[in-house]
Amino acid sequence: MRSKGIIGKIDIWLLIIYLALVVVGILSIYAAAFNESHPDIYDLTQNYGKQLLFFGISLVIGFITLLIDAKFFNAFAYVLYGLSLFSLLLVLVIGSKISGSTSWIQFGSFSFQPSELAKFGTALALAHFLGKIDTDPSKFKTQLIAYGIVFVPMLLILAQGDAGSASVFIIFLLVLYREGMGGKILIIGIVAATLFILSLCVSKWHVMIGLVMLFAIFLFIIERTKKNVWLLTGILIAACAFVFSVDFAFNHVLKPHQQTRINIILGKEKDTKGVGYNLNQSMIAIGSGGFSGKGYLNGTMTKYNFVPEQHTDFIFCTIGEENGFLGCFAVIMLYLALVLRIIHLAERQRSTFSRIYGYGIACIFFFHFAINIGMTIGLVPVIGIPLPFLSYGGSSLLMFSMMLFVFLKQDANRMNIL
Amino acid sequence: MIKNKINYSQRKYVIGSIFILVSVILLIKLFIIQIVDDSYKQSSDNTTLRYITQYPSRGKVYDRDGRLLIYNDAVYDLMIIPSQAKNIDTASFCKLLNISNNTYNTCLKKAKKYSMVTPSIFLSQITKDEYGHIAEMLYHYPGFYFQTRSVRQYPLPIAAHTLGNIGEVTKGEMDKDSYYKLGDYIGKSGIEKYYEKELRGEKGMKILVVDVHNREKERFMDGEYDTAPIHGTDIILGLDADLQAYGEYLMAGKTGSIVAIEPSTGQILAMVSSPSYDPNELVGRKRGTRYSELLNDPDKPLINRAISGVYPPGSTFKMVNGLISLQSGVVTAYTAYPCNGPESTPIKCTHFHSSPVKLYDAIENSCNPYFWRAFQDMMSAPRFKNPKEAYMFWYNHVTSFGLGRSFASDIPFTVSGNIPTKEFYDKTYNGSWNAMTIRSLSIGQGEILVTPLQLANVAAAIGNEGYYYEPHYIKSFANTDKSIDSSFLEKHIIDINKRHFKDVKKGMRSVFEGDHGTARFSKIDSITVAGKTGTAENPHGEDHSIFMAFAPVDNPQIAIAVVVENAGFGSTWAAPIASLMIEKYIRGYVKRPNVEKRVLTLNSDEQ
Repeated sequence: MRSKGIIGKIDIWLLIIYLALVVVGILSIYAAAFNESHPDIYDLTQNYGKQLLFFGISLVIGFITLLIDAKFFNAFAYVLYGLSLFSLLLVLVIGSKISGSTSWIQFGSFSFQPSELAKFGTALALAHFLGKIDTDPSKFKTQLIAYGIVFVPMLLILAQGDAGSASVFIIFLLVLYREGMGGKILIIGIVAATLFILSLCVSKWHVMIGLVMLFAIFLFIIERTKKNVWLLTGILIAACAFVFSVDFAFNHVLKPHQQTRINIILGKEKDTKGVGYNLNQSMIAIGSGGFSGKGYLNGTMTKYNFVPEQHTDFIFCTIGEENGFLGCFAVIMLYLALVLRIIHLAERQRSTFSRIYGYGIACIFFFHFAINIGMTIGLVPVIGIPLPFLSYGGSSLLMFSMMLFVFLKQDANRMNIL
Repeated sequence: MIKNKINYSQRKYVIGSIFILVSVILLIKLFIIQIVDDSYKQSSDNTTLRYITQYPSRGKVYDRDGRLLIYNDAVYDLMIIPSQAKNIDTASFCKLLNISNNTYNTCLKKAKKYSMVTPSIFLSQITKDEYGHIAEMLYHYPGFYFQTRSVRQYPLPIAAHTLGNIGEVTKGEMDKDSYYKLGDYIGKSGIEKYYEKELRGEKGMKILVVDVHNREKERFMDGEYDTAPIHGTDIILGLDADLQAYGEYLMAGKTGSIVAIEPSTGQILAMVSSPSYDPNELVGRKRGTRYSELLNDPDKPLINRAISGVYPPGSTFKMVNGLISLQSGVVTAYTAYPCNGPESTPIKCTHFHSSPVKLYDAIENSCNPYFWRAFQDMMSAPRFKNPKEAYMFWYNHVTSFGLGRSFASDIPFTVSGNIPTKEFYDKTYNGSWNAMTIRSLSIGQGEILVTPLQLANVAAAIGNEGYYYEPHYIKSFANTDKSIDSSFLEKHIIDINKRHFKDVKKGMRSVFEGDHGTARFSKIDSITVAGKTGTAENPHGEDHSIFMAFAPVDNPQIAIAVVVENAGFGSTWAAPIASLMIEKYIRGYVKRPNVEKRVLTLNSDEQ
């Protein structure tokens, strides 16, 4: 087995999907920022040129990653995790403000976002912790530590005021779920989130009428043992209390301008200048693409600088407008293939570390692409997280590439683990 | 492994399903907005949205009696979106616009440099007449459209310095405030600058759907995403347009300035700086050339001499010195000093009068020896440890009149003038100096420099018998409940006994009414005036004629300072001008045509 080089053993499909996404990204950034006076895609003064440069750097670093011993990342998981926590603390002290949140550290002309590193570090640390031979996931203590690993960086990022990046960490619950934890928590979480949004969108009384009706239906369906009836009643009361407290907190704890912001996100109030305006422009751009788009470099909407983040967080607009539904379909399929391929590969790992790590990055990629695309088409609130491999941004492309290459290395090395 | 680990690997299907389900939801939504729902697509694939800035009308400006000073008139800016401006027949287009091919190329280059896709101004301020003709043909030229904009118009050709003007924003101004876009206008001087935020209002945005033929088709989503502009706040100034116009009329052909303040409020009633210009000259497309003409004019008409011209106050400063001597206790209103006329030392007297003189006569006759001796006695008064402490006493009182500092109000760029500090003399004379060394200060010469605005403010403070308000332009905001800066309503109290002010006022009154009064020929019947002449020595040429006054004496409604450069004695020119201004303001008209006629005979040719 060892006679075959490392390059020969890496999963060629995953590599192809990765390369395809990055190329689509650079072409889209070129289209979004297309400027007649700088038509050269290699022009380093322009965003597309810079992205191309970072792509090169990512490939070099990826290649180096493949050469590093596979055990390195397992062994140094906590070190990297510690480093990311440290940089998150550091950014709170010396960070520079970019669009409202203090989440960047400047090194000369290069700026770096510690929250990017934290995703990588957390995926490694979680995999390392749960992958240890003596870790028993059914123990309460184990679960507590696992949640701790996820939530500490999340809270630090929240403290920077970057709710978007912080929300990414929620997706680790899916990883814990795969490892046998948090099945109930996942369901309770989803139900609570649904109730939370509903009670703000609709009146609390309507939500409660709905709950009572659900209660009646369940009562009708299930076996009406005494225990089940009590349980169901308990759930109903807890749900109603939750709805009430959300309503109370919204109306009495939050300040008017905070209420307005939430109402805008929920679509209860129209925001003609800020978030709502951009979202509407983004939807027009994508919607105007139609079935096959207006053609590469022929988009008109996306060239109007109407969305402040159009080459970063709103890069999907350019694809939607210029390549239409077909282009969007292709990109979403590429992402779906990416995450499904990763979990497929993760399941064939012999080491628990590799498997959990694989799930970790699959979930991160999934969350980013789902939320990012969702926000450009008005399915989820606009939170500033990038589209992996596509959005403009050096440190983001570099970190996403690192995450993937570490997994490629683990997978290529799987046969060496006994 | 003995531990009974449950195998959760079946959960991969749950996770995989979540991934697939979410992707399907995204695709369904995309399918809906891209294929099913036509409303996002607009009427054709090539229509685009055009974001048209709705300029608010800039706030109007009125004088204290509601006479309009600045209003707005419509002009049209020809806008360009370079990325859409394709296949333009340049020759016919240039002919239509009446511009050269070169101009076309420079304008296009400038717009392209700003942005290929964001609209910017191609040609600004096209008049209504030109507009009609061009708009008719504009559909031939995609990427171009008109945007309405207002320009400032001045119904009265007065108060150019006070009103200031607006001009295109510079790069630096755009960087400082992202509200401004290329081609926007911003207040550059005067109240246009100071009240920029209030006057400008807030821009709005109209979104129009434009078809491939560059025709505006309809409002996007029925104007749901449009924002209405918020119009600027109107401003009422303390300025009296009649008085201002009259002042400019009197000063025509002379170099100098007039500042009139309402003592009870600190509002500027008139501020004349001569030579001046008609504010209408700096409007529209001719602004650029006219501006550089004015800038290069050797008479410097753009400079507001009322706030930035500095002069030695001369004898007008004797009021301040007199007040401080009284306050120090070394002299009273009845203290008399001998005067030897032209033989006096170290400062000779330029007027002939009886000797010895007391305060009132000293003011009436502008007697130099009196004020020198009072100053000398104060500097060596036993209540002070040494002359330097006495000097600090003097210095602190002088500066409490608002001298030696710039004013913190809505009058931009006020100059601080100069009141020399103790440290300055220590340095200049190596620490050894006394009253004799700095004797020129006693008669308002030497290092002292004041602006006409400061001098008028001193007149107001004396008129008020011990306090003044920071001089300011604004009276109130018109169409809003916003109130003016509260610091403009704060009294600045001068630490000098009211009684001393009454004594000095009496002396100033006799300047007009006494037999020897230096301004007796400028007396106005039925209006009591208190004033003081001054002649500022000018090493560069003829002396400057200076005068300060207020009236009526007991309840002053106007305090005034007049400086006529290179015009000799204060009594000759500045005093009659001040008296005419006072008469005009209080009586409403002038009953002394002969005085007026004489004042008008002095013009620059004779200087």
